[in-house]
Amino acid sequence: MTLTELERVDGEAGNFTVSLRKHPRYVDIDKCIACGRCVEKCPRQVRDEFNRYTDSRKAIYLKYPQAAPLKYQIDARHCIRMRGGRCAECEKACPRGAIRFDDSEQQVEVKVGSIILAPGFQPFDPFELGAWGFGRFRNVMTGMEFERLLAVSGPTSGNVLRPSDGKPVRKMAFLQCIGSRNYNQIHKSYCSAVCCMYAIKQAMIALENNKDLRISVFYVDVRTHGKDFERFYDKARQKGISFHRCRVHSVEPSESANEVCLRYMTENGKQVSENFEIVVLSVGMETNFETTLLAERTGIELTPEGFASTSCFAPVATSRPGIFACGAFTGPKDIPLSVIEASASATAAAVRLSDVRYSQSHTRQFPPERKTGEEDPRIGVFICKCGSNIAEVVRVRDLARYAETLPHVVFVETSLFACSQDSQELIKKRIGDEGLNRIVIASCTPRTHEQLFRETLKASGLNECLVEMANIRNQLAWVHSSEPEAANAKAMDLIRMAVAKAALLEPVPAVSVRITPQALVIGGGVAGMVASLELADQGFPVHLVEKAAQLGGNARHLFRTWKNDPVPSYIETLSTRIREHSLISVHLKSTVFDAEGFVGSFRSVVQKPTGNVAVDHGVTILATGAQAFKPNEYDYGLSQNIFTSLEFDKLHSAGDERILNGLNFVFIQCVGSREPERNYCSRVCCTHSIQSAIALKEGNRDRKVFVLYRDIRTYGLREELYRRARELGVIFINYEAHQKPNVVMKEENLEVIVWDHVLHEPFSIPADVIVLATAVVANPETKELAKLYKLPLDMDGFLQEAHVKLRPVDFATDGVFLAGLAHYPKPTEETIAQAQAAVARAVTVLSSRWIGLDLVKGRVDENKCDCCALCLDVCPYGALAVERERLDAGAEGAAPKQKLVVRAAKCKGCGFCQATCPKEGISVTGFSYRQLSAQVRAALDCG
Amino acid sequence: MSEWQPGFEPKILAFACNWCSYAAADLAGTARMQYPTNIRIIRVMCSGMVHPGLVTEAFQAGADGVLVMGCHLGECHYQDGNHKAKARLAVIDEMLSLLGLEQERFRLIWYSSAESERFAAVAREVTDVLKKLGPSPYRRDASEYADKGIIQCL
Ligand SMILES: Cc1cc2nc3c(=O)[nH]c(=O)nc-3n(C[C@H](O)[C@H](O)[C@H](O)COP(=O)(O)OP(=O)(O)OC[C@H]3O[C@@H](n4cnc5c(N)ncnc54)[C@H](O)[C@@H]3O)c2cc1C
Ligand code: SF4
Ligand code: SF4
Ligand code: FES
Repeated sequence: MTLTELERVDGEAGNFTVSLRKHPRYVDIDKCIACGRCVEKCPRQVRDEFNRYTDSRKAIYLKYPQAAPLKYQIDARHCIRMRGGRCAECEKACPRGAIRFDDSEQQVEVKVGSIILAPGFQPFDPFELGAWGFGRFRNVMTGMEFERLLAVSGPTSGNVLRPSDGKPVRKMAFLQCIGSRNYNQIHKSYCSAVCCMYAIKQAMIALENNKDLRISVFYVDVRTHGKDFERFYDKARQKGISFHRCRVHSVEPSESANEVCLRYMTENGKQVSENFEIVVLSVGMETNFETTLLAERTGIELTPEGFASTSCFAPVATSRPGIFACGAFTGPKDIPLSVIEASASATAAAVRLSDVRYSQSHTRQFPPERKTGEEDPRIGVFICKCGSNIAEVVRVRDLARYAETLPHVVFVETSLFACSQDSQELIKKRIGDEGLNRIVIASCTPRTHEQLFRETLKASGLNECLVEMANIRNQLAWVHSSEPEAANAKAMDLIRMAVAKAALLEPVPAVSVRITPQALVIGGGVAGMVASLELADQGFPVHLVEKAAQLGGNARHLFRTWKNDPVPSYIETLSTRIREHSLISVHLKSTVFDAEGFVGSFRSVVQKPTGNVAVDHGVTILATGAQAFKPNEYDYGLSQNIFTSLEFDKLHSAGDERILNGLNFVFIQCVGSREPERNYCSRVCCTHSIQSAIALKEGNRDRKVFVLYRDIRTYGLREELYRRARELGVIFINYEAHQKPNVVMKEENLEVIVWDHVLHEPFSIPADVIVLATAVVANPETKELAKLYKLPLDMDGFLQEAHVKLRPVDFATDGVFLAGLAHYPKPTEETIAQAQAAVARAVTVLSSRWIGLDLVKGRVDENKCDCCALCLDVCPYGALAVERERLDAGAEGAAPKQKLVVRAAKCKGCGFCQATCPKEGISVTGFSYRQLSAQVRAALDCG
Repeated sequence: MSEWQPGFEPKILAFACNWCSYAAADLAGTARMQYPTNIRIIRVMCSGMVHPGLVTEAFQAGADGVLVMGCHLGECHYQDGNHKAKARLAVIDEMLSLLGLEQERFRLIWYSSAESERFAAVAREVTDVLKKLGPSPYRRDASEYADKGIIQCL
């Protein structure tokens, strides 16, 4: 339901009635094929808000090229007809009759068990404040606008040009924290968490486009706390992007209209004015007014900053049971975390729904498959006009005539829209009537439509692999409309290529594997515990394997989350629930030492103190956590008064005298993090130290507390803690990696020497207690497990997910998921969300009895393969194996026969084997050497 | 090297990875970008699946240029297929010199699925380069060019 707004929520968790208001689109989405004819004809120009007003669009438009559904809509505010005029250009232009000027608003009511809110954020509008010259100088723009400038599909096709005169830019600046971390002016104390990274990314792209560009970034702290971010930041500095730790206090006009002048104070206290041609304001995120309204209508609480209020232990649950929230709505965050929270809220919402699973879904039935193995190819070619999209560039009739002359082609037909329901029916009929056994569809792209035609084949009793598409729209008519003659010739080539390949297509039986509806969770820290409970609550038996003698992991050393929720009692509750849950078997003092199988049916061997047990499971969740770094600097271990953060917490809460009576405390940050050998940020330590610093100050205002830091990374809403600490008088002193503080041990106390940037001299701080904020380092044992399940590790020893942004809890290996510190350092609430997300992904496997496998797979040609095993090593998924055939009783003396086999469930169809084999012994369905070679020869008309 | 030949339209084959360049080519269509018609795309699932033998075959069958297009390094859907494609470059170079063809006739190019503009730009550029390079002596119509003294027929 697009263009729909929520009005009211009645009822309670498990039984909500939601009132919705559907706004009219004026375009029938079942009919619209997104051909864009309407746009060509629409006479009405409108400034485009998606391209941040740097560009214009029409009154009938597509919000952006990747919009889903990919359907046009009419903007009634600007449409001539909707505003009483006499236009109907789009209606005339639309080949499908999809325009509905009489569409109207509708009220809808739906009944649901749970609700997920994901309204996102809006970028801060710097215009409000009238500062930074925004709105005053054309060359001052927000990060959003600059992003569009960099986009190849944007107004300048990706070239960085000065808006003032369209000339290339030589010198530009980024100003960070615009609309973030600014309590005094705009009452926003939080950090938007993504702007440092997006600014660096934009700077790098801009630099790539123009190697001579000089870029300065003005920042307060550089917050690159995400996975691989620190290295990216380093790379940016190496490439010559300069970073200045200071706030720019004014943006002023310069002599040239193409430049603005920035005034700032350097770290050494020098006043500077410098001219730049483009100034990008790295604007932050905020909750918009409509979202506040949504919160009101759904009856959930917001934080003072305007984000959905959640607890660290239930990171996606709002204050109203049954209503969940995710993404930037629960606090500023980046894509990976938003994707994690989205899955997590699906899990949280589904727990309530697990007893009604499937009650509203149905599966499609297909007729039995016709055997075509022995038949000669009888190819049917269907050529689509796509309205006039194809037909207006290519002479479809000539194409059809040409297709008839091609080998094995017995039937050719053209259609207005090959994808329409009636054309599907017609194709089905032709397959039956004409006895077709291979189909070529010349139309749009297989990436969007192949699945549809595969279904049509299945519905007519043909194996779904017997169809091939010729892309004569996206890759022909649309891109060669200015050369119709050449396009026509090329269309013939494309059809000839598709026919040549089609003649060689082979039916492949569908493969599916049975799912063992049981999970194995390795690691019993917070991540493993939460994952086990959520899976068991949804009805799936779980084996939880923990190496230590008790559950809890690192969280056993924590006391409070940054939102002040008590950790020990939470861990206690989790442990008790796990112990009492009938579906969870806990294996303490145990590890997994062997594993085989694949998604749906793994078998792992658990080594227990009492002996080994084999466990069958359909999915595996790795939650083996991480460890606190043991420092080898700052005289750690040489004094009774130097602790790591975790040691300090323990003594602090136990009322140790050194802390109780101490008056001078020094925290040293980044101990072991952001070093050449561990070039990442540990993400938790800044918040952790600041929390301790606040507790110390609140305990006794006379204490002097210093935090020596490189960048303070209290990202997101945690920034509020940093503000509080400063308010309480905690003193923050910055140090650089090449000028680390020095610890000096004296008779009566300790001393820390740090460089004073303003006075340019060392500065000495007496200390009763020194706390080292130590890094979170990867668990070395994860490496062994990664080997067992064939999973990649990153260069720091953490597990490497399938896709950093889009698949943050998956691996390329199906059926294995990850959560918690094993992936990367993160605080408890993010660990919990990730565990819930892993469960959501795991349930997609466990909840089906059979899992159908993709049909693009390696296949061995036993006549050609001589088992040289060259392909075994190149297969990235371990899908290939050489098996010995058992000797026949009679064939004495003969050497045992060997055979190459493909384990279909592991094979992903990458075809590396095929590209390696010197004798065509193995090939990939639909892309075999022979098929590709036929296409090559057909393309060159070389038979 | 022969000068640019009026009337000569090079035949270019591109093995395009489904996840990046093939998608970028589709997107170029959605945006109605225009590029020369010389390029014929063969869809593959990964640049790592293209056997060097196929490239040889294409040249022997008269392609004036062959492109293998894959995802940017580090972004392959199958871990490192593009690295594997890259590792085959040496074999392909050797094959080109055996066939007596210029190295410029083959290129390995990385894309992301959003780089439609670049897809079109590369198509233009490669067509230009090959036009300047002239027809391959393995073309079926090579004798016509040989008659005009443009290339040496093999
Ligand atoms: C120094 C430090 C300070 C922190 N400070 C904070 C903070 O202030 N606030 C906050 O919110 N978060 C903090 N965290 C993070 C917090 O501890 C984690 O987010 C959370 O506890 C992670 O849980 P986990 O289950 O992923 O990993 P872990 O807690 O590490 O649990 C992993 C479990 O797996 C077990 N295991 C490991 N290998 C195997 C194996 N091969 N077989 C079986 N079992 C195995 C381990 O014994 C352990 O029990 C801190 C972490 C550290 C290290
Ligand atoms: S102290 Fe920790 S969180 Fe802060 S910057 Fe250093 S490594 Fe990152
Ligand atoms: S297609 Fe790829 S995954 Fe499948 S067997 Fe061949 S190399 Fe392995
Ligand atoms: S998936 Fe594109 S190159 Fe491998």
